[in-house]
Amino acid sequence: MRVPVSWLTQQLELTEEHRDLDAERIAEAFVRVGLEVEQVSTLGPVTGPLVVGRVVSIEELTEFKKPIRFCVVEIGETEDGEPDTTEVVCGARNFVEGDLVVVALPGAVLPGDFAIAERKTYGRVSKGMICSAAELGLGDDHSGIMVLPSGENEQIAPGDDGIDLLGLDDAIIELALTPDRGYCFSLRGLARELACALQVRLIDPAAIEVPAAEGASVEVAVADETACPRFVTRRVTGVDPTAPTPWWIRRRLLLAGIRSISLAVDVTNYVMLELGQPMHAFDAAKLRGGLAVRRAEAGEKLTTLDGVTRALDSDDIVIADETGPVSLAGVMGGASTEVVPESSDILLEAAIWDPPSIARAVRRHKLPSEAAKRFERVVDPALPPAALERAARLLRDYGDGTIHPGRTDVGHPALPAPVVIAMDLPDRVAGVRYDRGVTAFRLQQIGCQVEVGAADDGTPIVTAYPPSWRADLNQPADLVEEVLRLQGYDTIPSVLPAAPAGRGLTAAQRRRRAVSRSLAEHGFVEVQPFPFVAPATWDAFGLAADDARRRTVKLVNPLESDRDELATTLLPGLLDTVSRNLSRGAREVSLFHIGQVVLPRAQQAPMPELGVDRRPTEAELASLAAALPNQPVRVAVVLTGPRERAGWWGKAEQSGWADAVHAARLVATAAGVELTATQAELAPWHPGRCAQLRVGDFPVGHAGELHPKVLEALGLPKRTCAMELDLDLFPLVDRRPVPVVSPYPPVLLDVALVVDESVPEAEISRTLRAGGGELLEDLSLFDVFTGSQVGEGKRSLAYSLRFRAPDRTLKVEEATAARDAAVAAAAQRHGAALRA
Amino acid sequence: MSGANDPYDPKEVAALSPQTLRAAVGDARAAFAAAGDLDALAAAKPGHLGDKSPLLVARREIGALPPKARSEAGKRVNEAQVEIKAAFDERLTALQDERDERVLREERVDVTLPWDRAPRGARHPLTTLSERIGDVFVGMGYEIAEGPEVEAEWFNFDALNFGKDHPARTMQDTFYVAPEDSGLVLRTHTSPVQARALLSRDLPVYVVCPGRTFRTDELDATHTPVFSQVEGLAVDKGLTMAHLKGTLEAFAKAMFGDKATVRLRPSYFPFTEPSAELDVWFPEKKGGPGWVEWGGCGMVNPNVLRACGVDTDVYSGFAFGMGIERTLQFRNGIPDMRDMVEGDVRFTLPFGTEA
Repeated sequence: MRVPVSWLTQQLELTEEHRDLDAERIAEAFVRVGLEVEQVSTLGPVTGPLVVGRVVSIEELTEFKKPIRFCVVEIGETEDGEPDTTEVVCGARNFVEGDLVVVALPGAVLPGDFAIAERKTYGRVSKGMICSAAELGLGDDHSGIMVLPSGENEQIAPGDDGIDLLGLDDAIIELALTPDRGYCFSLRGLARELACALQVRLIDPAAIEVPAAEGASVEVAVADETACPRFVTRRVTGVDPTAPTPWWIRRRLLLAGIRSISLAVDVTNYVMLELGQPMHAFDAAKLRGGLAVRRAEAGEKLTTLDGVTRALDSDDIVIADETGPVSLAGVMGGASTEVVPESSDILLEAAIWDPPSIARAVRRHKLPSEAAKRFERVVDPALPPAALERAARLLRDYGDGTIHPGRTDVGHPALPAPVVIAMDLPDRVAGVRYDRGVTAFRLQQIGCQVEVGAADDGTPIVTAYPPSWRADLNQPADLVEEVLRLQGYDTIPSVLPAAPAGRGLTAAQRRRRAVSRSLAEHGFVEVQPFPFVAPATWDAFGLAADDARRRTVKLVNPLESDRDELATTLLPGLLDTVSRNLSRGAREVSLFHIGQVVLPRAQQAPMPELGVDRRPTEAELASLAAALPNQPVRVAVVLTGPRERAGWWGKAEQSGWADAVHAARLVATAAGVELTATQAELAPWHPGRCAQLRVGDFPVGHAGELHPKVLEALGLPKRTCAMELDLDLFPLVDRRPVPVVSPYPPVLLDVALVVDESVPEAEISRTLRAGGGELLEDLSLFDVFTGSQVGEGKRSLAYSLRFRAPDRTLKVEEATAARDAAVAAAAQRHGAALRA
Repeated sequence: MSGANDPYDPKEVAALSPQTLRAAVGDARAAFAAAGDLDALAAAKPGHLGDKSPLLVARREIGALPPKARSEAGKRVNEAQVEIKAAFDERLTALQDERDERVLREERVDVTLPWDRAPRGARHPLTTLSERIGDVFVGMGYEIAEGPEVEAEWFNFDALNFGKDHPARTMQDTFYVAPEDSGLVLRTHTSPVQARALLSRDLPVYVVCPGRTFRTDELDATHTPVFSQVEGLAVDKGLTMAHLKGTLEAFAKAMFGDKATVRLRPSYFPFTEPSAELDVWFPEKKGGPGWVEWGGCGMVNPNVLRACGVDTDVYSGFAFGMGIERTLQFRNGIPDMRDMVEGDVRFTLPFGTEA
């Protein structure tokens, strides 16, 4: 909301002590009481000669690319009483001979250091400039030059000082209003807040004496009082359709960012700005019969003022005449009854609408409007008659109209209910001891009727009857906020509460940190890609049509329409990020991401309807939990390029599938669990280079090289590798096992076994480990050999075994026996033979 | 040659004469000194300390002396041998030192050669910062609570006192989950974790909830559709707005140094009443110290407490929340939000593995 300072101060009873009250101070005062000031901008600056001119003659110059006008403009009188004229070249066309315009004469400087000088242009000499509102810093309207109203109501004459007339010594305060303060969407509400902040009296622009009516102005039937708690109309007949909007109204609209259209429309907009009551003007001559206020019926349509024909929803509130809907209530009027330049019989309507209904209609029809913005918050239900009176009088005064004696006023809007609070509740919430009487004083200041009394137990209480415009005050906390904000949050001291002893991080939180640190310390860079995925990704991944990862949770309103799915794996985001890095010239990219994925449940339970008036039952919470998708925390890495760079030390070492598996082991080590690998085939991995990783027998993820076709489809380098683990599937290890550390010397023995190539190495290790018994402390594979010496389809695996006893020096014979047992187990299970 | 029983005059046994012995010592010294390296020294050794050296030859003559003269001659020979041995050892040590020094000199390398053999890794500064924030509060006795990113509207809005059609709800620029009536959204703030914490924990509750949040903002220098927040919640007996201010002030000092302080401005959030915008006095602000908008806060709205089954006659609470990107942005002077979300390793690497 944009509001000129001059308008605000006009509504305040200011005294001598407010002499220094400028825009900055007003802005500070607003901030202090809780209104967010977005911007304070002073008008102008304009210096030098700026005058009102009357266009005497227009000569059209047609020899140029665009039509140009050469104008003679009267800019006052010469010393001997003759009209003083000047000549100006002008590119705008929205004016006629006789119009009053604003002329910047040579020597004037407009906002943006725009200096005006006499100059030759389009073959003529231009001695000034006819100004648009934007050029004068009065708004954004660049559509043409500003034509001032003329007529008997205006005291504007050629030669008048433009700076004075336009009020260029003013400033604009722009406020970002929070949704609770509907009443602040008006000069009346803002001035009231300012009056509270400055502790001065408000001159309420809505304090208008509303005369008794003689009958109705139109027959109205309100079918749904929830939808429309109050509906009021007033009629003004015989309005001169050619009457211009007075300059003072146009100026305020202009500064608020609203374009002047016609007197009738401008007056409704002006009263909305001034009092906060949106209203609608019908061309009464076009209405057929009485009006009905109701919800729309199935199949009804309405062409709104913007020319769009809209199919109405049964939730829409409409105003209808005999022909059907003529207005989408609270949102936008209908085209069929629009006030047009010929309209002289005006029916003004001001109503109170159900805010949620208006909010839904705005969303449904994508029709945000100034009126809806106010109605979906709250409009003072006491306001419609005063607002209509104000508008009707303006039409009478400036449009020569006659106010019809009738008034229709249907409905009985509820006023806010009284709220009772303990007098010291604000003190207890703030942690401050306020002076006596502060609670009552502040509540009165915002317009509450206040009764001070005592509760049954004798504690002093305050009963506040909120004013009609404060429907947002409905519980004690709301009143407390009013007291605290007007007292000033800066008066609240700073006290650190003593929280009870906490338990520190949870095991899962510590694990997540350990995993993240370990990966970073081993050369992986953390990234946090967005979770939005395009379905085409799954095709590029080579996922089967029935692959579970294609079952995603989708968004109704994605930012990019093709990326409407939430990732079921961290890999798409990581691979995207790898691509971005490569495209920016990176050659070695090892990334990791720890984050939630979103996995729909096999059977999606419906979301239960829960209230907010009490704690939900455990059963309700369980059904709510069942309606949420699973969202486990995963960790994934992608790596491409060298694991060790080429350099003065030698050649580069390319990263490969084993590095992806190693990354999984880093995670497992940080998490305190052992991983085992089994051969697996799973897209998008290379079918021969993919390990399924398990904790015990439980699969927790995969690692390996990505499928060459996937890499080709994604435009990624060959041999790019990836790993993804589901951290939530890892058991939480709180205490890690403590090994027995034997001080006795070990016996080291090597064995080489020849086995079928098809037997996974991990199984042989496992068998050796089991066969070697407790004396086998450790075993490591130090060579893998294939060749004619070991036979076709076979390979030799050479292990180094370390034996040790916990309680004595182990004899070689004991170690040998244990080794033989291990080899025998491998022979029996895998057909392994000792290599000669 | 004199026999064992011959009349005795050691001086006449030339090999044992003091002069001869001194000459032998002198020769040995000269020979060792002349040895230019360890090999030459080794070659010189037998001639002066070996079996055929003058001294060993002389020692063999001692037996020929009469018993009376033997000890004197033996002593003389021993002294000479000790002297020669010492000369040898001295030279040996000198030559070894020389060799060691040379070897070390030859082994010298250019230690300024690059040593970036293995690529470095790094943690994302948003992760680090959010852990750091968590640690500050854990230090105050808080615990860290978490929640899902796809959230029930009930938690994201209803339980937080957002009316069904209240403009506050539409102001959040929410990502809705299909189908339209799913009742699910991508959480627009971490505040739903407040409600989850109140429903799942025993009172009093002191938690902070860092996490990713989502709004339908296009990515630009100051907006990102996916961002992170940290939410704080305390519900206990007798908590006041002064406690809120004290907590925020302690937090601000932990994040921005002892000179930091906070300012509250009245504002509106559905889930707090009274509500406030939170500014922090940031001494290292670009262009000089000043107030920076940091987040929102307030006393938990009794409607929220009621929806979570908390007795509002006994308990009250405060809550606050701020953007982690924004905190990082002004704390580290990062002009473009996109750098934080695009995952370019050049942005993240300098942060290293700081904790």
